[in-house]
Amino acid sequence: MQLLKCENIHMNYDSTKAVNGVSFSVDEGDFLCIVGENGAGKSTLLKGILGLQKISEGRVIFNGIKKSEIGYLPQRTQVQKDFPAAVKEVVLSGRIGRRGKLFYSAEDRQIAAENMETMKISDIRNKSFNELSGGQQQRVLLARALCATDRLLLLDEPTAGLDPFVTEDMYRLIEHLNLEHGVTVIMVTHDIKSAVKYANKILCMEHDGDFFGTTQEYLDTPAAKRILGGDGNA
Amino acid sequence: MLDMFVQMFSYGFMRRAIIVGVLVALCAALLGVTLVLKRYSMIGDGLSHVGFGALCVALAMNVAPLAVSVPVVIISAFLLLRVSDTGKIKGDAAIALISSTSLAVGILVTSMTTGLNSDVNGYMFGSILAMSSTDVIISIVLSVAVLVLYFVFYNKIFAVTFDESFAAATGTRTGMYNTLIALLTAITVVIGMRIMGAMLISSLVIFPALTAMRVCNTFRKVVVTSAVISVVCFFAGLFISFVFSMPAGASVVAVNAVMFAIFSLVGMIKRKVS
Repeated sequence: MQLLKCENIHMNYDSTKAVNGVSFSVDEGDFLCIVGENGAGKSTLLKGILGLQKISEGRVIFNGIKKSEIGYLPQRTQVQKDFPAAVKEVVLSGRIGRRGKLFYSAEDRQIAAENMETMKISDIRNKSFNELSGGQQQRVLLARALCATDRLLLLDEPTAGLDPFVTEDMYRLIEHLNLEHGVTVIMVTHDIKSAVKYANKILCMEHDGDFFGTTQEYLDTPAAKRILGGDGNA
Repeated sequence: MLDMFVQMFSYGFMRRAIIVGVLVALCAALLGVTLVLKRYSMIGDGLSHVGFGALCVALAMNVAPLAVSVPVVIISAFLLLRVSDTGKIKGDAAIALISSTSLAVGILVTSMTTGLNSDVNGYMFGSILAMSSTDVIISIVLSVAVLVLYFVFYNKIFAVTFDESFAAATGTRTGMYNTLIALLTAITVVIGMRIMGAMLISSLVIFPALTAMRVCNTFRKVVVTSAVISVVCFFAGLFISFVFSMPAGASVVAVNAVMFAIFSLVGMIKRKVS
């Protein structure tokens, strides 16, 4: 079933064109990676889908999913680096989006606890967010995103600044969510090798035109062959 | 010592200063955590200067000080927030512009009318004699409103402070909560500056939060500790000012500074040990 469809999205960033006529769709259970050059508007596109930034042309269509049912993992901000917050406080804040809701229920706490279990961070639930390693922080933010949804995750460079081992770990975790928990994933990444390894669909945003299709189709494009050195099945 | 304590409470003006001061200290400490973490510390300082300008104008026009300064400072808070979010002039520079302009307007208006008399001195550096009983009632109502709103929206405020884009993406109206924070800060600053003084009120916002962060590592602990520190420091400062006949605002700030030093030391030792 089709979950999300973007038709000919145009977006501006500080009056320069950031996203230029992007179209793609995501079915339930898909793992879509958005790759492409720096400044090609990958993160901007995510913000457009979430309604954080204005779309100047085109439209986003949600099928059987509400906007509030999307879990988002933004890029880490400067503010969070020295923010005194316990892991459990951060994870629980994922439940805040429910409209009109001011206090957390027992169910919210239960869901937060389950997601901390899934992300294997239950043992550090009382630790402060700013004392954690980069990989642990991303797990916490992923658990928070899962508190907002169990259907669709939008991840903005979840592996930025992580070392190769932790990065691999992170991809496996996201794959696990996708395959075992049936969460649909849309992920922005720089890492094309991992993208083609884990994703079943690729959206490649380049200044001279976009590609959207299955991973196999992407591997056959000249651009992919150039980047991956022709050895597309690595 | 106990005699002095009893004596302190026997004066009507002291009782008024204590009631309003404790409430303001509480409000300032709670909001301060968010303001410091959001890198908005200077907004408190900017608003207090605007408040000073407004008080001077109110004095010159011979109208109730709070009636003029509360709306003026609230409007400025909205402007400051808007400017620092979207404007071409960066946040800290915008605040410096607005605060020095208001200060200048205040001084000009005063020199044209009454001259720099003791009232103006009180606005600058605070005065425990400043509160009339009407002021006390207004202050109590406003600070209780600030406290209630803070508790009701505590979870939202945490979410918006920690990660605005996530909160917005999951359907929280972040603009509204930023405005709420600015509104509550504006009210707190205006009420507090009568006792603490325009020059010193911002320390009431910044110090307790920073002090609590030296030692505490969760948001809730920081908020609670900050509130306790703020009230204790205010009380201690007021007592010292009463016993040694020193200005109240400056005494409270001095106690806060000592407290900050102690907590920094404890924090350092704690980190060394663990």
